[in-house]
Amino acid sequence: MSSKLQVADKTVNIKDTEFQQVLRHLRRNRMAMAGAAILVLFLLGAIFAPLLTSFDPARPDFGNAFQKPSATHIFGTDELGRDVFARILYGSQISLLIGLISVSIGLILGVPVGALSGYYGGKLDLIVQRLIDIMIAFPGILLAIVIVTMLGTGVENVMIATGIASIPTYTRLVRGSVLAIKELRFVAAAKVLGISDLKIIVRHILPNCMGPIVVQSTFQVATAILWAAGLGFLGLGAQPPDPEWGAMLSKGREFIRTAHHLTTFPGLAILLMVLGFNLLGDGLRDALDPKSRKFR
Amino acid sequence: MTGYIIRRLLLAVPVLLGVSILVFAIIRFIPGDPARAIAGVHATPQYIEQVRKELLLDEGLHIQYYVYVSNLLRGDLGRSTFTRRPVITELRERFPNTVLLALTSMVIATVLGMGAGIISASKRNSVFDNVSMVISLVGVAAPVFWLGVMLQLFFSVQLGWLPSGGMGGIETFVLPATTLGLATAALIARITRSSMLEVLRQDFITTARAKGLSERVVIFKHALKSAFIPVITVMGLQFGGLLGGAVLTETVFSWPGIGRLMVNSILTRDYPVVQGTVLLLAVMFVLINIVVDITYAFLDPRINFATREGE
Repeated sequence: MSSKLQVADKTVNIKDTEFQQVLRHLRRNRMAMAGAAILVLFLLGAIFAPLLTSFDPARPDFGNAFQKPSATHIFGTDELGRDVFARILYGSQISLLIGLISVSIGLILGVPVGALSGYYGGKLDLIVQRLIDIMIAFPGILLAIVIVTMLGTGVENVMIATGIASIPTYTRLVRGSVLAIKELRFVAAAKVLGISDLKIIVRHILPNCMGPIVVQSTFQVATAILWAAGLGFLGLGAQPPDPEWGAMLSKGREFIRTAHHLTTFPGLAILLMVLGFNLLGDGLRDALDPKSRKFR
Repeated sequence: MTGYIIRRLLLAVPVLLGVSILVFAIIRFIPGDPARAIAGVHATPQYIEQVRKELLLDEGLHIQYYVYVSNLLRGDLGRSTFTRRPVITELRERFPNTVLLALTSMVIATVLGMGAGIISASKRNSVFDNVSMVISLVGVAAPVFWLGVMLQLFFSVQLGWLPSGGMGGIETFVLPATTLGLATAALIARITRSSMLEVLRQDFITTARAKGLSERVVIFKHALKSAFIPVITVMGLQFGGLLGGAVLTETVFSWPGIGRLMVNSILTRDYPVVQGTVLLLAVMFVLINIVVDITYAFLDPRINFATREGE
């Protein structure tokens, strides 16, 4: 960074809101922008799928089965003659929705519990922490698998399962932040002024945890998408004819010797989407936490 | 230190109890008759009745749980509804295979990850640094099952160098262990790099260089030792994570381990086996985390054992 820029930085800093500063840092981070670009492409693809392809993602066309990638079918066709590109486009709707709903469930249930547990401490905290300990005793995708086993397969249940499995992450994150923030002087001041606990948590403490929550949510969307694809791959997630990427990949594996485009492209789609969220998450973390910037 | 270890072990007791409740709940949660679920789809009405009596399914839940746990403590996890063999026997056969796979992939991940991380940090912003960081970004984002299938496609189907599945000689370990270890390698590489960079900026490294020590000695003798703690932590946390990844990797490579057994039993509704595999994986994960915590405390004298209790 040139000294000129730094001077410019300082003069602008006074007027800028924190949000604008973060945005500016983010915009300067090339990797984060690459991530954002990938995600924008997927989002546009998901929204405008019917305009971007004329093929139906679900209707079989047996005469056209196992076509190699060509000008008509740029990613080829599958064992039922369906256009793989169309299925991946429509599949991005499923993946983005799973990511969104799953993270919402995690946020809605995990954040309040973490905040209350950290703020009040005592017995409540002890009980919540032991419950969370039990949930995190299941490594990675395993908790989602256990929940899906109980609920049954299907996209909705995958959303619920991955959502519940992400609760511990939020609870621990928010609890940790609240523990640190509640010791600060402005919280003590608010208490002295007679402001209710609920108001202190919602108005004064939670806004100060927003940074880590936003960063974690970005990564959590990526994790939920990976878990959902994993469940789909194992046959425990979305069911045919849903164009879910993990399930597509699993089916395509049967034809790996003759038509490997059926596994290559869905996998690349998952990889790119997850990469997009991870890059954006890295960028957000750097932009929100000045300390982490120095070694880049 | 002994006190800390004892406290850490005691903390695991409620967790393990909770895990057993959750596993117990699996069968009670699925719609339908638990006795039928435990006895299997093709069981005779007589056998279903027998199961119902044995597990006291007409009694209250607390009594059922008591029976479940007392059976558990005697090593009785019920019988598979398909093979009719005790679940514990099935688990005992598969368990070593999963451990072997996880250990092999950890070794691969450590060698690849630390190697790449150290070179990247010592040659910061070089071509190697940039390329290895891009690979590690992709390695973390790639779904493990897809990675496995792609390696199979390339090394088994197209080149024919390695077997595409099953467990046997050392050659059968290469693809599954690499698949499972690659994401961990990527993480270890990133942590090693940033941890090394942080250490390399510190005064004692400048002193070491000023003394005229060679760069090799500075990096391997002085920097690496200090950079090691965060790396060890990540390795420990990841080892548990490997168990989750093993479920997918074992399915891709038809590896006769706990993960594949679990998936198959879920798909065939062999619920006693589902319970056994889930329980085993969770207990393993809890125990690994205890070992990691203790190792971490042992390595880093700055940790105050008294304050870690409430974590």
